[in-house]
Amino acid sequence: MDWMKFRPIYFAISGVALAFSVYAIVMWQFKLSIDFSGGTVVEYKFPDGNIKIEKYGSDFTESKAREYSQSLPEKPEIIRFETVGPTFSQEILKKTYIALGIAAGWILVWVAWQFKSLQFGISAVLATLHDTVIILGTFAALGHFIGVEVDILFVTAALTVLAFSVHDTIVVYDRIRETMKKHGGSSMKEIANRALSETIVRSLNNSLTIIFMLVALFLMGGQTIKWFVAALLVGTISGTYSSPFVAVPLLVTWEELKKKLK
Amino acid sequence: MRLGRLLTILILTLISAYIALPTKLPYGLTRPPIAFWVGDKFFFKSFDTKLGLDLAGGSSMVFEADTSKVSQEDKEDAIIAAKDAIERRINLFGVAESTVQTSRVGGFSRIIVELPAVTDTRSAVALIGQTAQLDFREYVPEKEASPSGQITYENTVSTGFTGNDFKKARADFDPQTGKPMISFETKEESAKKFTEITTRLQGKPLAIFLDKARISAPTVQTPITTGLGIIQGEFTLEGAKSLANLLNSGALPIPIQLIEQRTVGATLGAESIKASITAGLVGLGAVVLFMVLYYGRLGIASCFALLIYGLLSLAVYKLIPVVLTLPGIAGFILSIGMAVDSNILIFERLKEEIRNGRMFKDALEVAFGRAWDSIRDANIATLVTSFILFNPLNFEVLHTSGPIRGFAATLFLGVVISLFTGIFVTRTLLRVFARK
Repeated sequence: MDWMKFRPIYFAISGVALAFSVYAIVMWQFKLSIDFSGGTVVEYKFPDGNIKIEKYGSDFTESKAREYSQSLPEKPEIIRFETVGPTFSQEILKKTYIALGIAAGWILVWVAWQFKSLQFGISAVLATLHDTVIILGTFAALGHFIGVEVDILFVTAALTVLAFSVHDTIVVYDRIRETMKKHGGSSMKEIANRALSETIVRSLNNSLTIIFMLVALFLMGGQTIKWFVAALLVGTISGTYSSPFVAVPLLVTWEELKKKLK
Repeated sequence: MRLGRLLTILILTLISAYIALPTKLPYGLTRPPIAFWVGDKFFFKSFDTKLGLDLAGGSSMVFEADTSKVSQEDKEDAIIAAKDAIERRINLFGVAESTVQTSRVGGFSRIIVELPAVTDTRSAVALIGQTAQLDFREYVPEKEASPSGQITYENTVSTGFTGNDFKKARADFDPQTGKPMISFETKEESAKKFTEITTRLQGKPLAIFLDKARISAPTVQTPITTGLGIIQGEFTLEGAKSLANLLNSGALPIPIQLIEQRTVGATLGAESIKASITAGLVGLGAVVLFMVLYYGRLGIASCFALLIYGLLSLAVYKLIPVVLTLPGIAGFILSIGMAVDSNILIFERLKEEIRNGRMFKDALEVAFGRAWDSIRDANIATLVTSFILFNPLNFEVLHTSGPIRGFAATLFLGVVISLFTGIFVTRTLLRVFARK
């Protein structure tokens, strides 16, 4: 199948998704959890089973929370009390950027070295960054519309997706390398088409199994990790798309431009 | 050869099944712990799952130490002394498996305290944060006397006798009134100082303050020359005991401030565990169904491999032991989805080789050989990412946060174990299939 013929469509889809994500990040920004903004969150559980989550400033103490719960007629139980100071949160944010930078740098080096080509490395990193931007954009939008917060677990999810996305890309690239050895004379476009046809079922099936697990966790895994799982889910879907439809087209287009410029 | 491998898998499965099972089973059954004597040495291992504070309930607190008033070379010592003092104070609570760690981030020194099962931390925070500096002060009438004529921190000055001059304090009973009190012993070198003070203040009040709060203001009856003294006040026995403990644990050498606290009730933790198990089982069911429907016989083999994967993982968590947190469980459940990946890669390759006209047995070996390169390269990316997340070398520039580590640990182990089950277990099972 001539997958590469539809490259403009893939680029258009990614372009729209990226534009939307960047718009969301710039315009709406993130709704930061106390991990990043500092503050206090208290979860009260009422005798009828209702749960109320309240946010306060970082100077709100446990004594105040207990006073408050005792002042209510239902006397709710405090089942979670978290407070983070403002200096601490700044540091978490900084560490997150560093971790993302190291991970992306490592992926570039690893893929470039493994495939003996900077072209492979850069295309793979661009595809994973594509996924990262889409998760960030999705959560900026979720924060804007339904108040979903970005916390430290979200960062973990973003990094995991980085790994998962490049995992998928490497499987396709590996096939391209193998096909290149077998059919040395063919153009990059033909090779990519062949490699994609041979790996697309595996890509989809593997993502499906991960998506089954994540959907189950999202629906039944409890409130605490719900949005963490959602971030993984968005990233998995984007990562599955980006390997065949971003990483590979980038490689082919790059190769064609190189030929033209020569 | 093949039989040997099959046997290895069987034994490994049985051992990990034993370790992975909870100690209490349904229908009143129990899994006995390993307990035996070798000569006069007793071995005991019950293999319990270690649960993090977010699942078991409990409290974690991060204190920042203010070392601005300590000279550069003394900083390290001051932090360690503070950590030791906090440890002694926590031991007063009798909290099992509490931990106190120090960490340095940039120019900041932190002390991280974890108290399992403690969910009302008001008294804990108060006790840990107390500088617990005992100060013996003398009354100065000229200094703004309070309207009631009471002795306050403001109208007294320090005699220079402080908690540092203490050797030992203990709760005691007043032989005359039977009321609880604290008896103490001064350090030898301070006995002289105490004699001098009590001689000078005979017949006058000597007020005792703990961190600016007045404990008692007894009047010195006779000079105390033996270095043995008592503190009387309105104490309950509990109060006297905890004050004596506080005095014994020593003053914190540097002020500390609570900058982060996370407390989770045990009921919330239990609900989270239940929810994750349900979600895990439903997800697993969907994966198994998918594999069997799509790959048929091959799929059944991969489900066996998956079962062994699950048992092995749980056993490894208990053996290391990995402290299971909610994100950690999510990492495990996610890794189940990823564990199937190596199988899918191999199966797809297998189908392809068969389409190319190879016999099943032949195709199997070729498929494993060729798929291995992809599997290895792809998984190394995930391994390194989990390495960065876990930050085992405690690099200052990276996260050291508990939830992230919990997730990274299970993800890392998940990838390693899935490589083993995906390659070794599935391959052996399929070879047995191939012979039939």
